[in-house]
Amino acid sequence: MSTVVSQTWYMTQRQLMVFVRQPAYAIITLIQPVIWLFLFGSLFREVVELGGFGTTSYLDYLVPGVVVMSALSSNMWAGMTTLDEIQRGTLDRFLTTPVSRAALMNGNVVNNGLITALQSVVIVLLGLLGGADYPGGIAGVAVLVLAAVLLGTVFGAFSNALGMLVRERESIIGINTFLLLPLTFLSSAFMAPSQMPSWMRHIADFNPLNWAMVAGRSALSENPDWEAVLVRGGALLALAVVAVWLSIRTFRSYQRSV
Amino acid sequence: MNTRAPAVAARQLIKTYPGDVTALNGMDLTVEPGTVFGLLGPNGAGKSTTVKILTTLARPDSGSATVAGHDVLRHPDRVRRAIGVVAQNSGADPAATGRENLRLQGRLYGVTGADLDRRVAGLLDRFTLADAANRQVKGYSGGMRRRLDVALGLVHRPQVLFLDEPTTGLDPEARSAMWDEIGRLAGEEGLTILLTTHYLEEADRLAERVAIVDRGRVVVEGTPDALKGELRGDAVHLELRAAIGEAGRTLLKGALGGLPGVHEVVVDGHRASVRADDGAAAMPALLGALERAGVGVAAATVARPSLDDVYLRYTGRRYAQTDDLVLAGGER
Repeated sequence: MSTVVSQTWYMTQRQLMVFVRQPAYAIITLIQPVIWLFLFGSLFREVVELGGFGTTSYLDYLVPGVVVMSALSSNMWAGMTTLDEIQRGTLDRFLTTPVSRAALMNGNVVNNGLITALQSVVIVLLGLLGGADYPGGIAGVAVLVLAAVLLGTVFGAFSNALGMLVRERESIIGINTFLLLPLTFLSSAFMAPSQMPSWMRHIADFNPLNWAMVAGRSALSENPDWEAVLVRGGALLALAVVAVWLSIRTFRSYQRSV
Repeated sequence: MNTRAPAVAARQLIKTYPGDVTALNGMDLTVEPGTVFGLLGPNGAGKSTTVKILTTLARPDSGSATVAGHDVLRHPDRVRRAIGVVAQNSGADPAATGRENLRLQGRLYGVTGADLDRRVAGLLDRFTLADAANRQVKGYSGGMRRRLDVALGLVHRPQVLFLDEPTTGLDPEARSAMWDEIGRLAGEEGLTILLTTHYLEEADRLAERVAIVDRGRVVVEGTPDALKGELRGDAVHLELRAAIGEAGRTLLKGALGGLPGVHEVVVDGHRASVRADDGAAAMPALLGALERAGVGVAAATVARPSLDDVYLRYTGRRYAQTDDLVLAGGER
């Protein structure tokens, strides 16, 4: 077991190093949410007066939405990295060593989780700088970050599986572009559920993005509804486990195809 | 472990890929420990698939194989500990330095601490990468990358080293340096090297034994000298002005084969090759026979037997042309 843990760490370290050594990529990952935050923050500022947002400042409402949306958009490209590693021969090189297969996949998951957590914290801090208020305090922020990491894991794992199955950059780009905006707008990211058309609200109930937002937002509020947080969080965790399991299975099918 | 057991033994490996592509069609292979064994054949002959199966990356449809005494299907983990693999694309991390790549590779095999430091420093020296050790691999030249790839395969002191097309894509200078290095490796304590190549020259120079692979199986195997020795006399290659059709081929074979001291006539498109006891002496008669048959000759050469000739004899095709065939096939 301890080998799996240390090997997972080696694999995580390897990927974190890539993140750190590509400052352009790191900065874009961290800057892009800022654009969302201030663009949507300014555009929709007045919308909060419609009611149903549970706060009088739109920025308070927006921060969890942008955190979760950014977790989605940075993790859904994980399959591109996997594809690169397949084409470069790196994956095959690791597969001919005794390294544990679980460690190979876990390295991805942990690396993406750490980057998502960092990105989420940065957004929360930027929100604070812009005047957002988090009555839920540190515990609330921790729940939001965890929810974002779980959501990122779900989509990162699916993206990895897709990369190994189709082995085409174009398919990943196509599916991601297709999914990103509908998933975001069919959630409570920018608009209070009570202001949404009812059909949209019902779809949002089944949107994992929305689960993460509802859990994070509730935990950040003055009186968190912990039951709602646990239900959404539990569902996200279950989905993440399934997604990772699926991506490890895809690993095996990849190996059958070489 | 019994040291006289073969380092690599493959029996009747068969592997088909989706779309009815037969990559291996009864591959048999035995490599004695401590030797350099060359798998020689054009692209698509099945060399890489063989290596993928022997290195536990792919599974055969049927057949069995052992590497360093371990069954590749039943104990892939034991095989992985015993082998070093230098694939065609070894995929060193471009954002990591040479040293970091080596350290990670060592750790995956459980090499740690002072042992890892020593091992990595030794390999960096040996492959003249010490100066570049702390630079990111993306700045390395092709030759440096390839040397790093080989070093990666050696970091845990494997018993069997697989080198898949080690010099493909290298410039002549880097290729010759790599040959020297592989030659030195071959002398090391008990290391067995299985080398695949589509360069005849490379197999001839590096391998103690060579197996010629064609269409997913071994067509002939032996030492390069023995293989060449089986061919009597000189090879005479005639380049013809026009391609010879099916009917002309039989006619021409009869005309040339009937000459004294000439045997093994192969006519393939624009080329005719014969084996002659004395190539120079047979030349006037050969040219005369061709003239009588109305076949124009663009060029004629006499050469000592090479592995190219061995390939020609056992597959019925010239080596240089098979690559073109594969390339043309790949474009379809």
